[in-house]
Amino acid sequence: MFEEVATSKEGEQIINVGPQHPATHGVLHLIITLNGETIVNLEPNLGYIHRSIEKMCESLSYRQFIYTTSRMDYLAAHINNHACALTVEKAMQIEIPERAEVIRILVSELTRIASHELWWGAMAMDLGALSPFFYAFREREVITDIMEETCGARLTMNYMVPGGVMADIHPNFVKRVKDFIIQFKSRIDEYDQLVTGNIIFQNRMKNVGILSKEDAISYGTTGPTARGSGVSCDIRKIYPYSIYGKLQFDEVLETAGDSFARYLVRVKEMKQSISIIEQLIDNIPEGDFQAKTKAVLKLPKGEFYQRVETPRGELGVYIVSEGGTTPYRIKFRSPGFSNLSALNHMIKGHKIGDLVAVMGTLDLVIPDIDR
Amino acid sequence: MGNEELILKLKEVFPEMDCVQGNDWPELSFGSDRLIDVITYLKQTPELAFDYLFCETCVDWKTHFNMVYHLDSTRYRHNVVLKVKTDREKPEIASLAHVYRTAEQHEREIFDLFGIVFLGHPNLKRIMLTEEWVGYPLRKDYEDPINIIKL
Amino acid sequence: MFSIENITNSFHNWLSSVLSETLVMLVEMGLIAIAAIALFAVLGLVLVYMERKVAAVIQIRLGPNRVGPMGIFQTSADTLKLVLKEGFMPNNVDKFLYKLAPFVVMITAMLILAPIPFAKGFQIWDINIGVFYITAISSISVIGILMAGWASNNKYSLLGAMRSGAQIVSYELSAGMAVLSIIVLTGSLNLNEIIESQRNGWWIFKGHIPALIAFVIYIIAVTAETNRAPFDMAEAESELTGGFHTEYAGMRFALFFLAEYINIFIVCAIGATLFFGGWMPFHIGNWEGFNHVMDFIPSFVWFFGKTFFLIFLIMWFRWTFPRLRIDQLLNLEWKYLLPISMFNLLLMTVIAIKGWHF
Repeated sequence: MFEEVATSKEGEQIINVGPQHPATHGVLHLIITLNGETIVNLEPNLGYIHRSIEKMCESLSYRQFIYTTSRMDYLAAHINNHACALTVEKAMQIEIPERAEVIRILVSELTRIASHELWWGAMAMDLGALSPFFYAFREREVITDIMEETCGARLTMNYMVPGGVMADIHPNFVKRVKDFIIQFKSRIDEYDQLVTGNIIFQNRMKNVGILSKEDAISYGTTGPTARGSGVSCDIRKIYPYSIYGKLQFDEVLETAGDSFARYLVRVKEMKQSISIIEQLIDNIPEGDFQAKTKAVLKLPKGEFYQRVETPRGELGVYIVSEGGTTPYRIKFRSPGFSNLSALNHMIKGHKIGDLVAVMGTLDLVIPDIDR
Repeated sequence: MGNEELILKLKEVFPEMDCVQGNDWPELSFGSDRLIDVITYLKQTPELAFDYLFCETCVDWKTHFNMVYHLDSTRYRHNVVLKVKTDREKPEIASLAHVYRTAEQHEREIFDLFGIVFLGHPNLKRIMLTEEWVGYPLRKDYEDPINIIKL
Repeated sequence: MFSIENITNSFHNWLSSVLSETLVMLVEMGLIAIAAIALFAVLGLVLVYMERKVAAVIQIRLGPNRVGPMGIFQTSADTLKLVLKEGFMPNNVDKFLYKLAPFVVMITAMLILAPIPFAKGFQIWDINIGVFYITAISSISVIGILMAGWASNNKYSLLGAMRSGAQIVSYELSAGMAVLSIIVLTGSLNLNEIIESQRNGWWIFKGHIPALIAFVIYIIAVTAETNRAPFDMAEAESELTGGFHTEYAGMRFALFFLAEYINIFIVCAIGATLFFGGWMPFHIGNWEGFNHVMDFIPSFVWFFGKTFFLIFLIMWFRWTFPRLRIDQLLNLEWKYLLPISMFNLLLMTVIAIKGWHF
């Protein structure tokens, strides 16, 4: 570090943000060069929570490796599991019962809402407003309770398995989700009253951290980050997987490309997810929740890729199989990794205060970046 | 452009390369010396417009490395997979950091975990592991008895 | 009718009858010092507890409720913890300044207590330039903060201290202007005379809209001056981890923490004195009966009631608003608040000269 201080220019100083810092929400380390309060350069230093899940997966069977992926993007464990299950099912050509499909989408969308809730509270906290966090957790708690009842876990659920879901939904599931929909709809307006309309908040968010459409594509940003810049990239819409093709929902797009646009995209996405849940909750078909599969899964030789939409963007699972019971090589294309690479471009010339605001709108989950 | 159409087009432009239909998308295989030509063509041809590199990774085949590039076009929504063979003894390949900026971080990760040197990369250094780490963990011959427990 | 004035007077008379004049003064000074420190400690405990309860209500939760009934001993327990903690000091700090800084901040806060009339006839030091004294002394606390930031040998601390310096120096202007507009009406810098001038109604009502504007500006400016959210640039937990007190631990940190709450109390007390009549009960013009009923409420209840109402306002801000950015903060002061308060002062002068106020 001392060398870098020596090489920094006159009037510039280098500051380490993280790995222990309240705004990085995890063990992210950013080396920022400051001129006064203005950020001249930013370099992320990753790996503080790198567990080499890709290497671990190489010695785990196709039933086991899914459990490691819950620990990647821990706010969207269901969707990570879903991506892996889909890849295995695609490779083995397993037909999934309709009931399992519907349950999968329901829990995925609940996860998406829970993830966006947490992001909403955490981002407001980054901006110095501490109260929204508790309001966000009020709703998120209900979702985690529902998950606990059905999956047995609150965070790393490990609910989806190749062939369907691990267990049938709890008898209370439908009623509790319906109650949640009513509760959520009456309270989403509170969010706007508390945060969205606040003039300080808008001043902090508008025209800050602008990412143009071209840059958003070039940096490989996905999810709400790219959709805030007007890039249509919702995998559920453009490459529909599972039964998303049959559902009615809108892809939320904003064109401004600033922090406020990304904020709006996520808040509106929560409403879209609620509408998906509403379409499905009354129409859960009867039947099996899991297809009959062999005890030991063997993928045919070849390469399989599955893209899914997590709350943070596009997650890709790339499996190279040699025909055995374990993958030869597995690669997780995590959304946060690419979104983070755009941070330097977005933050240059802004103040330190904006760093946390922009980082907040990227919705970084560090284990997802490091894997 | 559909997959068949894309394969025909690629076969026409790059007749010496191997182009087959993979499980999802067309797969184009070639040697590392042609990478920049192919990428430039794929990105700049208006009817292809592959402007989005959504996955870049590497597979260690013990005799050689395969760099795998997944490309998407945000305009036409067609995809292609590039498989580029590189030498295992002296793994070097051109960097795409100036074509797709997302490649910069992806290539740092691949350099870190596979040890592939990207020529022309603006900031090629380890990203996950510490600078003094010896070896490249995702290679098949990597042994680490302390940190990795074999099952 | 209960009054503190009688108690202090009879105590003074009793002391004078048994001791010589010099000794009386020394004994009274000693007692006042003890009283000030005790007030300091009690206020710190009460305000921290209040802040946590207010925050809890705003954040739909319960707040401290385990230590003692309703958790009222929570802050005492916290203080005990802080006292018992190791006074950790990092390497390579400027030891003298590092140790001095918390005391500078705290002594400054204590000094301002002197001219504040807590109740009728209950005041440590009745000077004729009370308001001026308060404005002058309150500027010193920024030196303590700068000292802490510089001595800590930490970049976050330094950034926090620099922010704090820029902020306090700027916002003192509008706070001063707002105070000045009341001085224009009363024509006196003596706090007792200012209170006396509000016998027939508080200035916030008597001074028409300019007084209201002055009050709003005053509250914004002092929130900034005390480094409270939404103007907590100096600490900015999510940006600078802890700002100027990042490197402080144990009791040294507690002194900063305490000083913040004492400063809030002081600025609110001054606000209550200037705009809401200090210990003066709520009087309406010549309504003898109504005024008489109001007089039965002891004067210190009025004073603390008004002060705590203002403190509640400031706490309400903190738990509702996001933080401003440093450049927005300075823009707000130099582009909006200062011009408005200057114009407001002019308007107030016209009102005072023409005698348009009640």
